Amino acid sequence: MMDRFPGDPVDGFPAPPRTFTDSEGREIELREVDPGAVEALVEMYLAFDPQDRAQGIPPVSEDAIREWLDVVTGPEAFGVVASHGDSAVGHVMLVSDERGAYELAIFVLQDYQGAHIGTELIRTALGLAEREGIERVWLSVERWNSPAISLYRKVGFERVGDESFELEMALRLDTHNQTERVG
Amino acid sequence: MQIIVGVDGSEGGMQTLEEAVARAQAADDDLTVAVYSPEGSAADVEAAVRNRLDALGFDARIQVLDGDPGARLVDVAQREEYDRIVLSGGHVSPLGKVQVDSVIEFVLLNAHTTVTLVR
Repeated sequence: MMDRFPGDPVDGFPAPPRTFTDSEGREIELREVDPGAVEALVEMYLAFDPQDRAQGIPPVSEDAIREWLDVVTGPEAFGVVASHGDSAVGHVMLVSDERGAYELAIFVLQDYQGAHIGTELIRTALGLAEREGIERVWLSVERWNSPAISLYRKVGFERVGDESFELEMALRLDTHNQTERVG
Repeated sequence: MQIIVGVDGSEGGMQTLEEAVARAQAADDDLTVAVYSPEGSAADVEAAVRNRLDALGFDARIQVLDGDPGARLVDVAQREEYDRIVLSGGHVSPLGKVQVDSVIEFVLLNAHTTVTLVR
């Protein structure tokens, strides 16, 4: 499990809800995931291209997708969904690990890739995380997935840990002010 | 067949041991359990494996892998002419991603022996 994080925090992320126009001119809404979003997410993951699966997720069958969504939209998790009209087209999730850090993953539907939705989704999810007082976020990514790696690097993730089939990246959020206020 | 199963102290490692024992019983295979511990004591893992084998009523040879576990497993499997290496297929992260550790990766890339990953 991830136990190394960069020392310097990254900040300036926008929090949901917000809307933006993607590079194809589509209006995309970004909202925090709530129970009402689950059916749209099931539809999105059923439509997901198998070649865009990463390290075994999303699962293939509807039952397995629902079971997995129970975990990644559950009480130990935060998420942001990107919608175009009534359809979910992207989803980023943050799930708590046993050390109080959060693992992040992001999926964008094929027809919506390459339109900056991934960048805005992940920045917005980090804004949500910052607002929730989450300080340490990590992810693992297949080391040949260079588009994903450059996206993560662009928003501030740094590579940590040893190289394996997956490489691990981590980011520290600037929750310093909030911590001081609480303390 | 001569099977060698690599078991670390993780839950996945013990599940893999149980699957390997069930398969060995069904196929009348000869099973060696190679124990290792990426962090912590291999002796603890060895004791846990011995307990589990007793509970399953199965007799298998236990071998502790010193040094780099992946390299040792590949070496032992080839030198002692095992037919198959069995390993846990990786850990699952909090949000469900399969993560393959460096021992599994080393074995997959280096073994001339057939490798089975248990999921």
